[in-house]
Amino acid sequence: MSEGFLQQFVKDYGNEPGWLRDIRRSALDRFAALGFPNRQQEAWRYTNLDPIQQTAFKSVDFSSPGVIKTVQLAELMGDTIAAQRLVFVNGHYASELSLAKGLPDGVIFGNLSDMIVSHPKLLEESLTHYAPYQDQSLVALNTAFLHDGAFVYIPKGLALAQPLELIYVSSLDGAGIAGVSYPRNLIVVGDEAQVTVVERYVGVARDPYLTNAVTEMVGGAGSHIDHYKIQQEGKLAFHLGSLQVRQGRDCHFSSHAITLGGKLSRNDVTTVLSDQGCDTTLNGLYLVGGQQHVDSQTSIDHACPHGTSRELYKGILSDQATGVFNGRIIVRPDAQKTSARQSNKNLVLSDEAQVNTKPVLEIYANDVKCNHGATIGRLDEQQLFYLRSRGLGEPEAKGLLTYAFASDVVDSIKVETLRNRLKEWLFVRLAGQGKLEAA
Amino acid sequence: MNLLEIKNLHAKIGNEEILKGLNLTVRAGEVHAIMGPNGSGKSTLAHVLAGRENYQVTSGEVIYQGKNLLEMAPEMRAREGIFLAFQYPVEIPGVGNSYFLRTALNEIRKHRGLEELDALEFLGLARQQMKLLEMDESLLNRAVNEGFSGGEKKRNEIFQMSVLEPRLALLDETDSGLDIDALRIVSKGVNALRAPDRAIILVTHYQRLLDYIVPDFVHVLADGQIVKSGDKSLAFKLEEQGYAWLEKDAANL
Ligand SMILES: Nc1ncnc2c1ncn2[C@@H]1O[C@H](COP(=O)(O)OP(=O)(O)OP(=O)(O)O)[C@@H](O)[C@H]1O
Ligand SMILES: [Mg+2]
Repeated sequence: MSEGFLQQFVKDYGNEPGWLRDIRRSALDRFAALGFPNRQQEAWRYTNLDPIQQTAFKSVDFSSPGVIKTVQLAELMGDTIAAQRLVFVNGHYASELSLAKGLPDGVIFGNLSDMIVSHPKLLEESLTHYAPYQDQSLVALNTAFLHDGAFVYIPKGLALAQPLELIYVSSLDGAGIAGVSYPRNLIVVGDEAQVTVVERYVGVARDPYLTNAVTEMVGGAGSHIDHYKIQQEGKLAFHLGSLQVRQGRDCHFSSHAITLGGKLSRNDVTTVLSDQGCDTTLNGLYLVGGQQHVDSQTSIDHACPHGTSRELYKGILSDQATGVFNGRIIVRPDAQKTSARQSNKNLVLSDEAQVNTKPVLEIYANDVKCNHGATIGRLDEQQLFYLRSRGLGEPEAKGLLTYAFASDVVDSIKVETLRNRLKEWLFVRLAGQGKLEAA
Repeated sequence: MNLLEIKNLHAKIGNEEILKGLNLTVRAGEVHAIMGPNGSGKSTLAHVLAGRENYQVTSGEVIYQGKNLLEMAPEMRAREGIFLAFQYPVEIPGVGNSYFLRTALNEIRKHRGLEELDALEFLGLARQQMKLLEMDESLLNRAVNEGFSGGEKKRNEIFQMSVLEPRLALLDETDSGLDIDALRIVSKGVNALRAPDRAIILVTHYQRLLDYIVPDFVHVLADGQIVKSGDKSLAFKLEEQGYAWLEKDAANL
């Protein structure tokens, strides 16, 4: 099953340090042993990876046929969200599209494979420490092939006001090659430091391709981290992404996972509140139609006392789209005075669309406040009539109500440029004729 | 000219027949008040006229401005000038009052061949109407009816009506839930709309409203039919005697 992927393994990754070679080997072994996840595993019950295993993916680079050249790419990517950004094309760092200068002293923001050379010690201390690959086959796969991606380092006490943007573009256009890329990001945030990172996956490929992405992150004591991920992969794309976070004492972390694209996508968000007083927000929005399949798995691990977490995932499904939400909250025996709220709400717009939602609370401490809930609903007939009775056409009224359903997640995005862009994207998607304009 | 002609209208919801052969003719320039016991079908009539799809019209016809109203989608009716002020206005979290009303107004203007208003022009118009209705401008920035008090919701309906300038306004118990001052202010808003080319049908339980908005006709709707019509003096009689005497009349028909 996994042989096709294993054959891609290049024995010689240049003159990379020994520790990395060891990790790579061991990750490769783990992936060979674990294989792709299958539906017998609880966390994969509703997501079938057979189509991925049946496709012969190839790593592609700038010289491969069908790769869109950088000049056109800039247009396809659309306006960037942030001034400072790293751009990757089909998994490879594109320095000519990136802009990483102009940041305060001490901040490191650059391509991972370059940083391994320039900051070997820093990387050795953290790479793979927060996204363990021993038991997670897709993390193992990514680790075996990791090369380009972002390394973000924010030194102690530094609050970076401007967001950092990471853009992953897949740009194969009809050449019949199924590309694969393994973006790997490492974000290290020092004590009392602050940063906002926006990850965007954009697909302009008409062929199927696979993105197997892993972002690992560690937040020091009293740090503040806002993470945004916008997935707008191509229509035929497979996206298997994972964000794994370790929060230190009093670390405030928020994640926003917005899934719009791809044919099959899986989005894991895992955070460990590894010390006292952590604060966690996980928000998500998936908007899928056609035959898209989206699977969101989250895990909030309250390992220490006085932690607070809140989670809101909203899904909008139309046509024959299918969705999965599996939200796990663990409150360990030591994690007294934990407060955790979780909610998954789904709006189903057609008879054939389906969603499976499963919130799971595992509570081993006694002095805690936890609640969770999940809903699957339809557009409200009375609201629809109210809007139409004022002159709004049916598609516009439906679009507006659907947009309204998503609005609390959208409004919780703090990066203004991103929030406004997302509103535009949603309006285009929801308004049918595109008549609605961003309010 | 007959603006609205309802002939022998039968409508049901589920298997329950609610309107049982209702006749009513409204000419441009007129104000009609409809009174009647709870559950007699007043709101049903208003919703059927506005195009609510879960009521099924089983027979009869409704001609509005010479056209078959029952064939039109709710939004077409609105664009053709019908406005329903709901007895229970709906809360729509996430949809801004101002955006919603501007979109509605522009749909109607487009239909009438008028230029669309941009956000600024709309705001000017909206502020002017809010002032007349003594409404707090901050309501514009809130979600449609969300968390509005009962009276604020009713006032918001009349505000929408003032902005949309309908040809036929259906006011379903707009007076219920209003305090005495609000009743006066809302009535002022309704009276401001009165014009030779427009008509108003108002559903109410209280004669009091008719002191402010003086009707040309008063009808009693009971058990799905108009059982009695008269001038405004009928409302006084109802206020004094209730509906019992009418039901006996109807039984003897
Ligand atoms: N979904 C429904 N299913 C069954 N019966 C319904 C439904 N909706 C309304 N009805 C019934 O239709 C009848 C007429 O209701 P309607 O709301 O038109 O009365 P109304 O005259 O407006 O009363 P009120 O003065 O209390 O507002 C009532 O008996 C009501 O219970
Ligand atoms: Mg009623």
